[in-house]
Amino acid sequence: MNEDSPLVLRLIWGFARFWWDFLVGDTPEIFVAVLVIVGAIALLSEGGHFNASAVVVLPVLAVLTLAASLLRATRSSRRE
Amino acid sequence: MFIATSVSSGVVVLVGAVFLASCVEMVEALTIVFAVGHIRGWRSAFEGTGAALVVLAALVAAFGPALVHVPLNILRLIVGGVLLIFGMQWLRKSILRASGFKAKHDEDAIYEETVATLRATGATPGRDRIAFVMAFKGVFLEGLEVIILVITLGTSAHRLGLAAIVAAIAVVLVGLCGVVVAKQLSSVPENALKMSVGVLLVTYGTFWTGEGLKVKWPGGDTMLIGLTAIYAVITWLFVLALRRESQSRSNAMSA
Repeated sequence: MNEDSPLVLRLIWGFARFWWDFLVGDTPEIFVAVLVIVGAIALLSEGGHFNASAVVVLPVLAVLTLAASLLRATRSSRRE
Repeated sequence: MFIATSVSSGVVVLVGAVFLASCVEMVEALTIVFAVGHIRGWRSAFEGTGAALVVLAALVAAFGPALVHVPLNILRLIVGGVLLIFGMQWLRKSILRASGFKAKHDEDAIYEETVATLRATGATPGRDRIAFVMAFKGVFLEGLEVIILVITLGTSAHRLGLAAIVAAIAVVLVGLCGVVVAKQLSSVPENALKMSVGVLLVTYGTFWTGEGLKVKWPGGDTMLIGLTAIYAVITWLFVLALRRESQSRSNAMSA
């Protein structure tokens, strides 16, 4: 997208880029993990004892996601 | 008694999250506006800031009321997911900074970088387009993040008015501090603020993702306090563990 592109196209491109940077950015693993968390809790709702498991599983998966993302960051800093 | 407790705990977390997030974003925007004002003149800086505020207000007027018509469960699921992503990004960054794996967010460096960019472009005849665009972009992008947080947090908690007032207070307070000290706000402990906001956003993200999927949290809104405590302790443990790792790495490198 360059300066010669129509204004509407540039605005749409800028809007899409903002949301991409906002939600994915340099941590695609967090974006994917949150989709997985939502899917996992939705699947749990199909089984018995849904509420008790979801109350525990949701925060645990969030912490595991953060841990995995931190691990990825520290590993990449080790390689630099 | 229980209702009063659960309402106040939800409000406390909401007010804390909106206030701290607005402060952090405002500090970043103000740093850029000050750099533009000092180097290229205050007229362009104020025009860029004003234009950004008008566009932001138009966006709020256009999209804010529409969100009220989205079914609450769907809204909370989407908002919960967005807050989980955004909160974890902030938490990750602030943990890495606090443990020494990443350089601290330095407002002085941002100020110097903006100043260098402005000086490199040289003066332009007539209206200073570059200064206007830099001020506009700084305020618009940081302001957009504040608005997304205010609308998502406020709408899902049915307290959009309160969230907007708290954000406005934070913006005015940081603005006044900026005017009083007349420089970029490098002395604000931004990483600690960012870490606190990260904890609160992940808390709300977890809570509303659950509510959106029809999870009934034990204790209702009071669970927000419990989740905040759990995530705060885990964040602290991550910082301790990574700080040790960072320390042992630098020891190994210096040996």
